[in-house]
Amino acid sequence: MTRSSRDLCWNCQSEVGGEYFCPQCVKVQPASVWSDYFDVFGLPRKLGLDLEDLQRRFYDWSRKFHPDLFQRATPEEQAISLENSALVNTAYRTLRDPIARVEYLIGLEEGAVKGIPPKAPLDLLEEMLEVQEALEAAKASALDAETRKRLMDERARLAERRRAEEERLLDVGREWDALVDGSRAASRDRDDLRRPLLDRMKGILAARAYLTTVINDLSDALGEDSQTHASHRRH
Amino acid sequence: MPRIVGIDLGTTNSLVAYMEGGFPKVIPDAEGHVLLPSVVGFTADGILVGDAAKRQLVRNPTRTIYSVKRLMGKGYDDVKEELRYFPFHVVPSDEVVKIRVADREVTPPEVSALILRSLKERAEAHLGEVVTKAVITVPAYFNDSQRQATKDAGRIAGLEVLRIVNEPTAASLAYGLHRLKGGTVAVYDLGGGTFDISILRVKDGIFEVLATNGNTHLGGDDFDRALVDWLLADIETRHGADLRADLEALQELRLGAEAAKCRLSFEERTVLTIPFAQHGFTYRREISRAELETLIEPLVQQTLGPCRLALADAGLSAAQIDEVVLVGGSTRVPLARRRVQELFGKLPHSQLNPDEVVAVGAAVQADILAGGITNMLLLDVTPLSLGIETLGGGMSVLIPRNTTIPTSAKELFTTSVDGQTVVDMHVLQGERELVKNNRSLARFELSGIDPMPAGMPRIEVTFLIDANGILQVNAKELRTGKAASIEVKPSYGLTDAEVERMIEESFIHAEEDVASRLLIEARNEADTVIRATERALGQGSGLIGQEETAQITGALAALKAVRDGSDRDAIREATERLNQSTLHLAEILMDSALKEALTSKRVTEALGKPER
Ligand SMILES: Nc1ncnc2c1ncn2[C@@H]1O[C@H](COP(=O)(O)OP(=O)(O)OP(=O)(O)O)[C@@H](O)[C@H]1O
Ligand SMILES: [Mg+2]
Repeated sequence: MTRSSRDLCWNCQSEVGGEYFCPQCVKVQPASVWSDYFDVFGLPRKLGLDLEDLQRRFYDWSRKFHPDLFQRATPEEQAISLENSALVNTAYRTLRDPIARVEYLIGLEEGAVKGIPPKAPLDLLEEMLEVQEALEAAKASALDAETRKRLMDERARLAERRRAEEERLLDVGREWDALVDGSRAASRDRDDLRRPLLDRMKGILAARAYLTTVINDLSDALGEDSQTHASHRRH
Repeated sequence: MPRIVGIDLGTTNSLVAYMEGGFPKVIPDAEGHVLLPSVVGFTADGILVGDAAKRQLVRNPTRTIYSVKRLMGKGYDDVKEELRYFPFHVVPSDEVVKIRVADREVTPPEVSALILRSLKERAEAHLGEVVTKAVITVPAYFNDSQRQATKDAGRIAGLEVLRIVNEPTAASLAYGLHRLKGGTVAVYDLGGGTFDISILRVKDGIFEVLATNGNTHLGGDDFDRALVDWLLADIETRHGADLRADLEALQELRLGAEAAKCRLSFEERTVLTIPFAQHGFTYRREISRAELETLIEPLVQQTLGPCRLALADAGLSAAQIDEVVLVGGSTRVPLARRRVQELFGKLPHSQLNPDEVVAVGAAVQADILAGGITNMLLLDVTPLSLGIETLGGGMSVLIPRNTTIPTSAKELFTTSVDGQTVVDMHVLQGERELVKNNRSLARFELSGIDPMPAGMPRIEVTFLIDANGILQVNAKELRTGKAASIEVKPSYGLTDAEVERMIEESFIHAEEDVASRLLIEARNEADTVIRATERALGQGSGLIGQEETAQITGALAALKAVRDGSDRDAIREATERLNQSTLHLAEILMDSALKEALTSKRVTEALGKPER
């Protein structure tokens, strides 16, 4: 590792060697050495995650960095504590959620991508045209009982499909993890193998995002507040 | 480290507490009351806070401000619907709420500051030391403007607000001291003006808030209003009188309705009796609990939606909640308890006094900050999504609701015109897609950008929500690394300069206030001596000579003549003279009383000796 400014304590300039509290003056150090959210919790870049274990690691960091513990410290230490806590909180929030976790991993592997654009699954194109028609009709006039039922059935079907896509995503995730475990040595093979996996994940996320949009539109048309149907951030 | 107190700044009642040797203590006033009514009265003699102000609600409705918390961080437009319920005058404007009292205008943070200052003085008197640091609680569902307004109130009162804590979370800390086993906890907080629901996970001393929801405009005040509206209609039918325009009568009715509501929490029926002398009738009405419940059922129902949303955001079902905690005076209403119990399917906790538990929690948080308690840590969330206005009037979310705080988000901005040196952004809070349905927090102006072709500058703006739930914004131009300067125009708040001015003015007024407080005290003392003298004369005029009697009545008249003036020294001198002139009479009375009642311990009282 090359020597970065992080190797020296910002306060007393002594060696800190990756520690988060200076061994000399005990001041908190900025968490800028962490390369990514997985690294924050000392985890490999894998999609299968033990949530209890993640929570324990999160609580451990919180007990070290939370601003409450720096009330009596200097303004510099308070600023570092604030930044470290914010980073740990965001990292936890991202990794805890299986979808956000995949999106984040893709971003890491392929360089920043901001949101994957929704794309209709090919096999659903025809059905989607019908749904759009029904939605237009619902917008034009008041909902009669029959249309209402049709929209609700459609929503249930699409929600089911979304669950299926999420299952598939987990499967691909398992393949990814196996690759990470198996090919530590032969990293050249890994590079060739991981692309198709990432592409498959992206495809599933695009389909899922599309389904979510249509489900929300259906909820709106049914006159329900989509807040209650919005995908919950905790799973 | 100097002591940090915990303050519950409530809509109806406020309290101050502190930790001593690991135990929380709620601080009483000189009379032993811990609740300070959140009422501020402006009189010709000076400012009254608490019980004294509450007593003049009926006599002086336009100058007595209550429930001011409902106006904190609000614009006139936000509150104009409910102004008909307030007898005091809110000035129409298109900015922050201002209240007109006599010839001056005050803002809600200034009124709250008077309440805070009173609590600060109470704590100082109790602790025998100066208090300058505090943790203050706010409803969890308070937005950035309302939190900022509360912090401003603290500053105006001369308090450094080390932390703004959410009321339900504070309550969970209070319960956490001794009573919570751990697991998932739902805190249902229904107070005077606000409703909050928070879902937490408590484990190994960490209090992690999973989700929060609520309504900052729903509470016991609304129960009172429903009852008052119903009574007004009843009075109209039965007595043919419309009291809606009579501010004093309305106040009397409101206080009577609130008291009746409270009694109905423990009794099945109650009688409300109010003499409306000016209208020539006495209103008498029996109210049953069932009648009250019909009136407030829709309001109680309104609390259940937020509970379900919070559960959904926490990813939990009602059945997965291990413990339910009730907070706030309005959770004494049996209907509210029943509905909560039905929703969560379990008996809620209410062992700790629901009026005090929030202040106790604030004291616990204060002790955590002071380094006293080291095995408890609170991880709270931001209640509302934060975003910026995009082209076309949409809101783009940067920090979603229920994100653990502190948290930050970065966003890149650039210019759209060649040579542009200033960029505007509009920051919002809320859950809707369109800007107009959300809460405008502030407009920021980034300036000092070097002139470049359009799209060239890259300005990175960092939005940070700190542990108080309050937003901080920083900006830097990435190409040059230069910090961009930001000017903040709060949509419904006070600018820093305004707060500074209020701090200064409050110092000036503080002196005036001390002067008028001393005057009020002198008058109270005069009244006590006058009353005692009159009683003594009644009992003992036969025991003294005519000359002495004349002397006493002379001194009595002299005191009465100066009592209503504003010369404090004159009042005190006259009081002292009257006191002196009655000494002999008091002695005689003492002797004769001693003979009569040698065993009585309450000698002075029996004698009506001036209480000094
Ligand atoms: N026995 C009772 N039955 C019904 N309501 C009650 C009872 N006791 C108090 N209340 C109501 O509780 C409310 C005050 O509760 P509390 O002191 O918890 O509110 P607060 O903290 O001032 O308000 P908030 O938390 O909303 O800012 C008032 O509306 C009061 O009428
Ligand atoms: Mg309260």
